[in-house]
Amino acid sequence: MSMAVGFGLLGLLAVLSGAAVFWVNSMARATYALALSFVAVGLQVLFLQQNYVGVVTILMMVMEMAIMAVYMVMFMGMNPALMPMSMVHSNKAALGIAVATFLALAAGVLLIDWPTRRGTPAPDVTAALGDALMGSKMLVMVVTSPVMVATIVAGISLAQHRTRYDRFGDDLTQRPSHDTQPGGGGR
Amino acid sequence: MPDEALRTLAPAWSAVALLILGALTVAASMLDGVLAARSHGAPNGAVRPFGEAARLMRQRRRTTVEADTLLWRTGGAGLLVVAALMVTVVPLGRWTLFDLDVGVVWFNALDVVVWALVWLTGWGANSAHSLVGGYRFLAHGLGYELPLMFALVCPAIAATSLNVGRVAAAQDGLWFAVWMPVAFVLFLLGVVAFSVWGPFSPAIGSDIAGGARAELSGVDRLVFEAGRYALLAAGAAFAVPMFLGGGAGPLLPGWLWTLVKTLVVLGLLVWLRRRVPAARPDTFMEVGWLVLLPAALLQTLVVAVVVVGRG
Amino acid sequence: MTLELTLILAAAIFAVGLYGAISQQVVVMVMMGLELMINALILAAAGFWWFLAPNPTGQVLLMVILAVMTLEMAMGFAVATLLHRVRNSDMTDMATDLSG
Repeated sequence: MSMAVGFGLLGLLAVLSGAAVFWVNSMARATYALALSFVAVGLQVLFLQQNYVGVVTILMMVMEMAIMAVYMVMFMGMNPALMPMSMVHSNKAALGIAVATFLALAAGVLLIDWPTRRGTPAPDVTAALGDALMGSKMLVMVVTSPVMVATIVAGISLAQHRTRYDRFGDDLTQRPSHDTQPGGGGR
Repeated sequence: MPDEALRTLAPAWSAVALLILGALTVAASMLDGVLAARSHGAPNGAVRPFGEAARLMRQRRRTTVEADTLLWRTGGAGLLVVAALMVTVVPLGRWTLFDLDVGVVWFNALDVVVWALVWLTGWGANSAHSLVGGYRFLAHGLGYELPLMFALVCPAIAATSLNVGRVAAAQDGLWFAVWMPVAFVLFLLGVVAFSVWGPFSPAIGSDIAGGARAELSGVDRLVFEAGRYALLAAGAAFAVPMFLGGGAGPLLPGWLWTLVKTLVVLGLLVWLRRRVPAARPDTFMEVGWLVLLPAALLQTLVVAVVVVGRG
Repeated sequence: MTLELTLILAAAIFAVGLYGAISQQVVVMVMMGLELMINALILAAAGFWWFLAPNPTGQVLLMVILAVMTLEMAMGFAVATLLHRVRNSDMTDMATDLSG
């Protein structure tokens, strides 16, 4: 019973802090409200006995939100810590769509006759996940890795505005390189 | 000793864990006081932390214009909470508070939370220097976090478990610190870094008027400083089951060995503060990614090969 | 703790995220909406796994969702950076070149 209450409260926290993301006036608060929502969901996943996934979700998302806050501050051309911001378009339509989506999903959840539970969890769920990733479901890892690498390359080539000619000069001979931000490696 | 199964204690025992963490925190600050006094040639360094604490408790709390108090206080007080949550998975002899099967990842997730907390402390004050300090910490974080992660991966691979108790038990006879020294050093580096300590203290450096803690005063500053020492203590405590064989040792009982080893590691980390130059946030990233990360990956490879070879 | 409760919570998080993704003008805020929607997917997938079919391999889906989230972040930040540099703006309304 106390488990169910804790689970429900965490869920409520996840929903409310998720809503706070679009409601609060400060970028830092919005970002960390989202982080709070992720932490709540990560803890809920712990309730659902998937310890590794739950803790990794918290790890990844807190880190990501720490970086996201930096981007928010960097790109917002104003200081929403000092002035309220309302930067929305088609607000009413969006609200309508969101509410309709929720009602449709909730109706589906309640009306569908869910099947009974099949199978039992492995004694060590985390080890089972590792075995699956490195065994029967290895294709997932094999596909994910090149996609990740492609993302890194694509992300850098999109975000980078300086080429190697900017760094090393027109005939690529300039050493050390001409960088706006020197690294620590002395290249 | 390592063969015995861990016993999970009732939650009420967490008060004892907090007391131990508090004692370690006080010990670390006293040692730092002694070292600081010695470097200035002043007597009675050991009582300096108490005087400082008394001064801060009497100090009036300053505040800044348009400070985001909620985030600011969360950041400052959070460090202590994170340190307390870290030690819940550290077994003391054969007792533990929280026998989580993914304890190593738990520790890792908590040390990432420190990123958020230090940045929030810098942001919340709505002051330029303190925000610069917050950014400096994130810049360090991008450099040290991945090597730290792979340093944590090494003992887990060798023990074939993410459970802290099992990692400690797997070092029967040979400590992981001995045959994975790179991982051990990188782990200690990570502990120093997430405690904003020694070489990683530019985030609170005096060149930016105290950085992330510039505007903290009174009790807030006391809690922030205590949080840093507590993080250092929690990291040292976590090094014991991960790399130093947990409670294994002759004569003394396991819990005492754990405490002794923790104190030794903690003393080393405190002492390092005055022995290592600062890592500049703008240049450390490249060091982290081009030197430390490859070193950590090679260490992981070596460990994996050894584990496979052992069967 | 039932499947219905888990899924309704997930649906609520998803709807909030959808509202944000549609209504927000700033690219990074749109990304936050998308993240919330993926957050709901994590909860729903974890619920399905535990309540319907807790077989050993089912958790792989959650790892895929986490990977999708990192890809979304990386590409989102890259595009936001590019948009900011080229258009000096971070608003979706200024990047309508492909709209019909």
